[in-house]
Amino acid sequence: MEKTYYQPADLKKFGDITQFQKEMGDNFFAWYGSVFKEGALTAREKSLIALAVAHAVQCPYCIDAYSTDTLEKGCTEEQMMEAVHVAAAIRGGASLVHGVQMMNHAKKLTQ
Amino acid sequence: MATLARQHNAFADPLAQVRLLEDESPVAGFADVVARAGLSPLRAAGLDVLQVNLGKQCNQTCVHCHVDAGPDRKERMARSVMEESLRVVREQRIPTVDITGGAPEMHPDFRWFVEQCRALGAQVMVRCNLTIILANKKYNDLPEFYRDHRAEVICSLPFYSAERTDRQRGSGVFEDSIKALKMLNAVGYGTGNGLKLHLVYNPVGAFLPGAQEELEKQYKTALLRDHGIVFDQLYAITNLPISRFLEWLVRSENYTDYMEKLVGAFNPAAVNGVMCRTMLSVGYDGRLYDCDFNQMLELPLHGDLPRHISDYTDAAMRDRLITTGQHCYGCTAGAGSSCGGTTV
Repeated sequence: MEKTYYQPADLKKFGDITQFQKEMGDNFFAWYGSVFKEGALTAREKSLIALAVAHAVQCPYCIDAYSTDTLEKGCTEEQMMEAVHVAAAIRGGASLVHGVQMMNHAKKLTQ
Repeated sequence: MATLARQHNAFADPLAQVRLLEDESPVAGFADVVARAGLSPLRAAGLDVLQVNLGKQCNQTCVHCHVDAGPDRKERMARSVMEESLRVVREQRIPTVDITGGAPEMHPDFRWFVEQCRALGAQVMVRCNLTIILANKKYNDLPEFYRDHRAEVICSLPFYSAERTDRQRGSGVFEDSIKALKMLNAVGYGTGNGLKLHLVYNPVGAFLPGAQEELEKQYKTALLRDHGIVFDQLYAITNLPISRFLEWLVRSENYTDYMEKLVGAFNPAAVNGVMCRTMLSVGYDGRLYDCDFNQMLELPLHGDLPRHISDYTDAAMRDRLITTGQHCYGCTAGAGSSCGGTTV
């Protein structure tokens, strides 16, 4: 059997985390369910945000889960990829904006 | 895309599908799960709809088709079987006849059959693939024909974008479907005057339909904004793991995951509303089934019940035991699925 750190089948076992700490696990899943309910944002909008964040945090389980979820909620492939670009832009921007810090420091050190 | 029959694919044989679904199932048995939920045995609760499948011929060859329909399929209902179906509608006072196929409009006696159903006072529902209206000049007046007979028209449109629709139904299908919907709107369908136009959404792939109401909002917004099209309701239907969709699931290595997804989404509340409880399905050859899916798997009615429309007797039919299988998970997942959309 192939051994990898990530097993796709583990996603289905997510609920098992309560085995080692029931109260916190139960609280997490109750809160998680509440977060994704229709609210000021639609469930569809939340799903697209989750897809983007899944890419930002590079969680393969979350990417699988929210690729499926966004499809189920009627998102187009174009919308899904735009969400990923939003994540990528923020990640890229987060690096680049530190360029100002680098410039500040470099300018201070140089004549 | 060719039909499985034309490809001589092993899954063209319903028995091969049943073997995979039942004998090599990766998930718990449907009957056991229903029993554990305290909902066994599953019985009919009346007879509101006679669903009549006029044949397997279709102008399209959609990748997910549960009928394995296509232009090369020549199976079609004999006039004598149509007459027997009408007899049962009349004698049993069945309120609704749901006409399906293939593309039922390709049957030479389709219009006659609709007229006869209406003459009996039955409501007629037609499962229309939309593109048939444009496929040949002789079908161009179908919107007027539907209107004149007050038929409820239920049209497949798996998504409101061309890319995803064409991927499932064939190149150019979306564009023709939009034209056909405009023709239906032009004669009054979907405009709120009682001529009902419903669209059918089904996922283009191995995932479940989302909330029907939310999808309907998206469809209504997109179709009105982009094409000026209106319609009544959206029916969100789950793809059942049979025929071409099953073949694709296996070939794409999605089969086990999809079955697990269906089982994981099993909803006891959806069991009561499954369509087989209030309908009877007639195959092109007159054989009787609990639903169109059982028909395609050639799973007959339970026990000693009549197997053919010409042998129909009412006594045991309205509360008959339903024949179930692993494919039934498709109708009980999430908010449920039926020919009329969600059931919960």
